[in-house]
This record gives sequence, C-alpha cells and structure tokens, in this order.
Amino acid sequence: MPDVDPSLTDASVGLSSESLSPGRLAYRRFLTHRAAVLSVFVLALLILWVVLSPVTARYGVNEQVFDISKGPNQNLPPSRIAWFGTDIIGRDVYSRVLYGVRVSLIIGVFSAVFSLAIGAAVGAIAGLKGGKFDDIIMRVTDIFLAFPFLVALLVIRNMFGSISWITFFTGEVSSVRFMVFLFAIFGWMGVARVLRAQVLSLKEREFIEAARALGASDTRIILRHLLPNSIGPMLVSLSLGVVGAIVSEATLSLFGYGPDPGSGATSLGLLVAGSKSAVRAGYWWLALYPFAALLLITLCVSFIGDGLRDAFDPKHGGGR
Amino acid sequence: MLRYALRRAVWLVPTLLIVTFLVYVALRLGTDPVASYRRTNIRVSKKKLDQYIATNGLYTGAFGYIRGYFAWLWGFITLDWPRSIKGSRDVWPHLKDALANSLRLGLIATVTGIIIGNLLGIAAALRPGRLRDTVVNSGALVGLAVPPFVSALLLQLLFAVYWQKWFGYALFPVSGVYPAGHQGFNLFLMLKHMALPVVVVSIQSIAVYSRYMRASLLDVLNSEYMRTARSKGISERRVLVHHALRNALIPVTTLAFLDVGSVVGGLIITEGLFEYPGMGRFFLVAYGNGDFPELMPWMVIIIGSVVVFNLLADIAYARLDPRIRLA
Amino acid sequence: MEPVLSIRDLRVSFKTPAGIVQAVRGVNLDVAPGEVVGVVGESGSGKSVSFLSIMGLLPPSATVTGSATVVGTQMVGVSAQQVRSQRGKKIAMIFQDPLSALNPVHRIGAQIVEMIQAHQDMSKADAHARAVELLDIVGLPQPDVRANQYPHEFSGGMRQRVMIAMAIANDPDVLIADEPTTALDVTVQAQILEVIENVRQRLNTAVVFITHDLGVVARVADRVEVMYAGNTVERGLVNDMFATPHHPYTQGLLASLPSHNKERLKPILGSPPNMISPPSGCAFRPRCAHATDACASAPSDLVQVGSTQTACIRAVELAGGAK
Repeated sequence: MPDVDPSLTDASVGLSSESLSPGRLAYRRFLTHRAAVLSVFVLALLILWVVLSPVTARYGVNEQVFDISKGPNQNLPPSRIAWFGTDIIGRDVYSRVLYGVRVSLIIGVFSAVFSLAIGAAVGAIAGLKGGKFDDIIMRVTDIFLAFPFLVALLVIRNMFGSISWITFFTGEVSSVRFMVFLFAIFGWMGVARVLRAQVLSLKEREFIEAARALGASDTRIILRHLLPNSIGPMLVSLSLGVVGAIVSEATLSLFGYGPDPGSGATSLGLLVAGSKSAVRAGYWWLALYPFAALLLITLCVSFIGDGLRDAFDPKHGGGR
Repeated sequence: MLRYALRRAVWLVPTLLIVTFLVYVALRLGTDPVASYRRTNIRVSKKKLDQYIATNGLYTGAFGYIRGYFAWLWGFITLDWPRSIKGSRDVWPHLKDALANSLRLGLIATVTGIIIGNLLGIAAALRPGRLRDTVVNSGALVGLAVPPFVSALLLQLLFAVYWQKWFGYALFPVSGVYPAGHQGFNLFLMLKHMALPVVVVSIQSIAVYSRYMRASLLDVLNSEYMRTARSKGISERRVLVHHALRNALIPVTTLAFLDVGSVVGGLIITEGLFEYPGMGRFFLVAYGNGDFPELMPWMVIIIGSVVVFNLLADIAYARLDPRIRLA
Repeated sequence: MEPVLSIRDLRVSFKTPAGIVQAVRGVNLDVAPGEVVGVVGESGSGKSVSFLSIMGLLPPSATVTGSATVVGTQMVGVSAQQVRSQRGKKIAMIFQDPLSALNPVHRIGAQIVEMIQAHQDMSKADAHARAVELLDIVGLPQPDVRANQYPHEFSGGMRQRVMIAMAIANDPDVLIADEPTTALDVTVQAQILEVIENVRQRLNTAVVFITHDLGVVARVADRVEVMYAGNTVERGLVNDMFATPHHPYTQGLLASLPSHNKERLKPILGSPPNMISPPSGCAFRPRCAHATDACASAPSDLVQVGSTQTACIRAVELAGGAK
C-alpha cells in the first residue's frame, strides 16, 4: 500500500494563490475603500505641492504682491496677480496658504510621530507587564483624558512654558517646537491606551506563550511580536494624531495661544484666526482658502484613518 | 450591587484631592497668581498681599505648595472664597450663572445628540452595507472630521453675516444669551441665541453616537445568541429590542454618562466663538487674566463633575452587564 | 404513523461575492415520532444548513426551495409569520456553543419564561414555576436558585442543559440538536447525551442529532443519515450502517476511526468539493478509490443495497466483490 498520494491530500490548500502576508491582505482591503484611496491621492498631491514650495509658491510668505506705490494692494479679491487674493498687508493669500499648510503639516506629523513613539512604548510595556506600572499609567491617563481638552492643553502649556529648563530645549511657548512638544505630551496618552488594549488582547494568544517558552525577553516580545501585530491600531493612532494636532493648533491660534513662527511665517490656524474679523467686512477669500485647506487635510486624513482601521480589522463589517 | 457601588465610591474623595492638588500646582506654576495680583494692584500694601497669599494658599517653597494646597482647600470647603484678581469681585455668583448657561446649552445638545445619533446608528446597523448605512457612516465621519470651530464659524457666517446681507436681518444671532442690555428672563430670545451653538455641538454629538451605536449593534447582531433568540419563535420586534438593543445599549450608556460628566467643560470652543457666557467662556477670560481665585473653583466643578459621572458610568455599566459585577 | 418531520427535495443556495454556493442539493427525509436520527457529515456537507433552513434561521442571502413539513405545517416558502409560529413550539433547536448561544444579560429563568410565554398563555409566575420544573428535568441541581442566575455563572455542561430545558419548554415534536456536544469535554458529553435521551423518552420527542462524531451517533441514534456535499449519500439503521456500510464515503468515515487494533490512521484523502461548482454526478468522485466514468452522471437517488440505502451506483458491485 503506497504512502499517501500528495495530490489527494489537503496539502494543496492555500498553495493555489500567491502567498499573502497579513500586511498585503490589509493593503488589499484598504484598496476597496474608495474614499480612503481617493484621500491618499489628494493628500499626496497636497504634500507634493508643499514640498515643491520653492516652485509652487508665487511669492514669499511675507512679500507684498507689488509695490504699494503702484496702487493699493490690500484686501484684493482673487485675480491673476494673486490667485487667492491678498490680505490686509497686501500679501498673496495663495502663497501664505501654501506656507501655512507646510507649517501645520510639520506640526501635525511630528507631534503625531512623537506621540506614537512614546505612547506605543508606554502602552506596550504597561499592557505586557501589568501590575503597579500599568495601574498608575491607567489612572494618570484616565484623569488627563477626562479633562476638557482645551483646558488641559492651555494649563499644561502655561505650566511647561514657565519652567525654564523645558523651554530651554523646546523653545519658547510660542515656537513651533514647543507646539510639537505640547501636542506630543498630550497625544501619547491616547496612543498608550490603544496600544495597551491591543497588547492585552494579544498577550493571551499562543504565539506569545510560545515565544516565552523559547526564552524571549520582554523587550524582544514587544519589538518582534507585539508591535508588528499592532500595525493597524498604530497607523490609526497616527492618523488621528495628525488630525488632532492640526485641529488643536488651529483652535489654539483662534484664541490667541497659537504658535508664532516669527518673521511673518504662518500656520493654517493663524490664517483662519486672522480672517475672522476680515470676513465680517466681506473679504471672504481670506477665510475660504485657509478653511478649505484645513478641511481638506482633516477630511483626507480622517478617511484614510477609517480605511486603515477597516483594512486591519475587518470585523466591523457592513458599509463604509 | 450596592457593595460594588460603595467600593468604587470610596475612591471618590482621594481622587478628587489628588487631582485638585495637581491642578493647583499646575495653575500656580502657569499663572503665577502672586505676580498677577501685583500687576493688577500695583500699590498693594504688604499686609493685603500677605492676606491674599494666605487665603489663596500661595506659600512658596517645596512644602509651601503642600501647605498652600491645604490652606486653599480649607478656604474652599468653608466657603471662604477669595475674591477674583481682576475686579476683586465675588466668584460664586458669576460662576453660578456660567454654570447654568453651560448646563442649558450642553444638556440640550447632548440629549439631541443621544436621541438622533442612536436612532441613526440603529437604522444603519439594521441594514449594513446598504445605502442608508453608507450615508450614516460617512456622514458621521465627516461630522467628526470637521472641527467644531469650523462649523461654528461657517454657521455664523451663513446665518448671521450673510443672511443679514441678503435678507436684511439676522436670523440667528451669533453671540451671548440675550441681546446686549436685555434684562430679565425671556425664553424665546434665549432659545434663539442658543440655536446656533446647540447645532454646532449637536453635530459632533450626533456623529459620535451614531458611530458608536452602529458599531455596538453590529457586533451584537452578529452574536450567536441572536440566532437562539430567533429560534424561540418570538416576534422579530422583541428579538431586536429585548435581545439586540438591550445588549447594544451597554457601551452606549456608559458613553452617555461620561459625556454628560464632561459637558460643562467641553463647550469652550463653541462658547468662545459665540461669546456665550458659559463655563467655557468663564475659563477663557479667567485664564487670559491669570485669575487664580476664579480658576480654582471652576476647576473643582469640572473635576467634580467628571469624577462623579465616571463613577456613575461604572455603576451603570455594572447594572447593565451582569458579567462585570462578579469580576 | 405520520412523520413529525417530512422533507422533500430541499435545496438551499447562498449568494456570495464569489458565486452561488449550493449548500443543500436535494435532501429527502422522514422522521417518525420519537425516533432519533443521526445526521453525519463533514463541515460543508450541508447538514446544519438543511435544518437551519427549515427553522427559517438562515440569512437573507439564502434561497430555499422544496418542502419541509413539521407535523403537517409547511415551513418552506411560506410567510415568516408562519415559520415563527412553529419555531419553539413544534420544532426546537439547540446549538453548539452554549456560552455564546445564551444572552448574557438576562437571567436563565427569564430566558426560559420568554420561550414559554411566546407560545403558551401563562402568567409570569406560572411560567417561572414551569421553568424551574424544566431545569429540574434536565438534571440541574438547585433549579430554583439557578433560575435566577446569569449564563456566565454556569459551566459549559450546565449551560447546555439549560439550552435543552429551553428547547423542550413547549413540548416540541421535533428537537434539532446541532452538534450539542462538540464544544464539551468527553465526560460532560456523556451526561448531555443522557439528558437528551431522558427527555426523548419522557416527552416522546423526535431528535435529529447533527454531528460529525460517529461515536456519538453510535450511542444515541436509531437511524443514520450520511450527508456529503449537500446530498444524503447513505441511510440506514445504526447497527446496519456500522456493520455493512455500502457507500465509499461511509466506509471511509468508519475506516478513519482510531481503534486499538489499527496501526496507522487512514484518513479519507482529498478535501470536500467547492460548492460553487460541485463535481457533476456523484460529488465524492474525486476522492473515491472506486470511481468510474459512469459516476460522473450518477443520480443522487438512494437505492436499497443490502441493509442500507445508498447513492453509490457501484455499491452492489463492490459489495459482491472483495471488500
């Protein structure tokens, strides 16, 4: 009696199609989200536009559209000279929006990345180790996250801003660096909670037990096993962090607590804030374009975040 | 059940104390009350300054903070509150008004959000993948992605500024609770003034609850016990309400409790933009002035509200989900 | 006697993104009052789907045709209202995983009372008393205390007893047991089988026992139906089936059972067919050592061969020859 004939066994299961890693599977699922894919394109175009600012900007951020002696250049509506019009000092709104988007994106991306780095580390360790450390972290983040967001932000801002050795590293309260620092200090807590939850659910799975049985240290388990299996929540946190930081920056600017990058440079928040009174007078272009840019970024990143969440955890089935 | 509630309630006081202490430290560092006081009252006598420091508990040095905290705490509990830095006025009357205004605004918007949001979420979950599900889901996503200040400014522009231009009058006013100089109580005017802020806050609220309920109900509908329930031959209506909703409402109810707890402090942006004299506005003004005596009581109300409702949320959760009680 | 359950040419198909899955392709079955029928098959054989379709518990993407009458009442192709009126009353079902099959937020007593009040006119108090009685019948100790507890306070075996109590609450004529012991420990398995047997004797309920475990079938069933790829391929009395199976699939199933006098396990080679485009004729063809060209157009009717009825067209031939 011959041994089992390979052609008739279950061995062929799974071999007929190409080998798909979970990452590739998620990538494919992501591609079925029309809104998210579209957002990726739009965002990529936007970033390209910003990166090429030496070429795409028409004027400097603080440059007057033309010499005032040739005629008034303040508050001009959109025209050939200034695509988005000019502001109260005669600067080109289009170019300022471009530079503003750059600053906002820098703030958003950097603070989100730092939040993720700190939060993922803390959350993973808390989730894995448990015990006192976990308890303390949970209480602290609980309390913090329970505060009204803006209140906590402002209070922390001032508190850190008046501690000299902190401002030594991060710059003054109104600098972009401080802003990034502030949002990172805030953002890591939300990320830590998400990662902790993820680690808690992964911790009980057998492959972690197996890794331990092979003698893996905690660090190794986190780096090699837990984090790679948490890419989904991490990416979602990243996108939420970017949106959160950009919106927070705009909110702070609205109330006068925003960054002041100096020498006329600006952020989207500052542009929006500065346009409030001008709009009442009818200069709608001062508000429309910064608003549109802000909305575009937040919507795109939000849709991408949603797409990522569904791509990595398709359990929440149904519509998009 | 009672034991569970009591066990959790025991943590209430220590939590409040610790958090208010941290806030006390943060505010002292951030607003420097002594300097602020000096700035507003340039030629203050040493005696008055000392008195001010004593009532507010502003002692310096490492243990000064701890001593100072308890001094402040004593004053707070015995209702011997210091006056504000700016204007030297009694804090409570203004705080009380601000609280009332915020509660009105916040509760109306939250209740609206809960009712409409949940209904939308249920509607979406019952037909997953179909048109109304996509509409609700995307709508909620947009609602969440649009920052509240954007919708606030847009609405202001639309209804107040442009409406005025096109139609010659302002449909919904953009600031305050009453028109300037109005005295007394007038429900209609009040509602008119609250209309836009309520809409702005409701947008976020509706978006959040619809997504939450949708996700929760979808999870429940995919559970095994739904099949068992149906196999009993009971009406579909009963299956949906008594079995599905009963389970789906658990996380949503917890969220609602937490939401209400944070309602008074969560309206800062909206109140700021609409110049609505609520708790948010109170904070912005006090903070801008670095007014420590006004900020501390404000913080206590906010913190107290959050902590108490967190506790209520936990108890509600245990009441609704028997699996938790024995844990 | 009139069969309590009578199925004729039952067909169930599902619309999926990959195509139309023909899960059940013409099943016929009669269940006499009080008898135990074991329905055996692999996952994907259509054994569970057949009975879920009769109960009307399939998702909307399913299309069900044919006929299935429960004590004379038609269950296929009728209004949802009609199906619902029989569900839980004349025909009841118990499922595989009792933990997730019970609503976690309602007390056990209340869940049984719900079952009772759906079909009988009883006051809450009376229904509750009856529920306690039922818990006693299934062998739950301290039933009055247990009735006020929640599902998570029970062990797996006890939960399954609760499910059984719930299912028999309205004295159904047919009880469908869908893999009720698969998720349980072996010792608990035996207890549950005993409970089901007790219930059957006491109430004269017919039981359809769906399982992939031949050991269970040997213990409880009077008759056996073997299903493969949406069809019944063999049926017979349990002793006859185990002694002289005539379908190669049944033979394969029995041969693959571990036993102390076998040296190596002999699995059935290959895997179940793709139900979107199943093989023509006999679906077992690709895995059958005795397949011939004629099998590609074999009908699925059952023919009496010896003591069993089988769909294999070569059964007589193979039985007569060396085996």
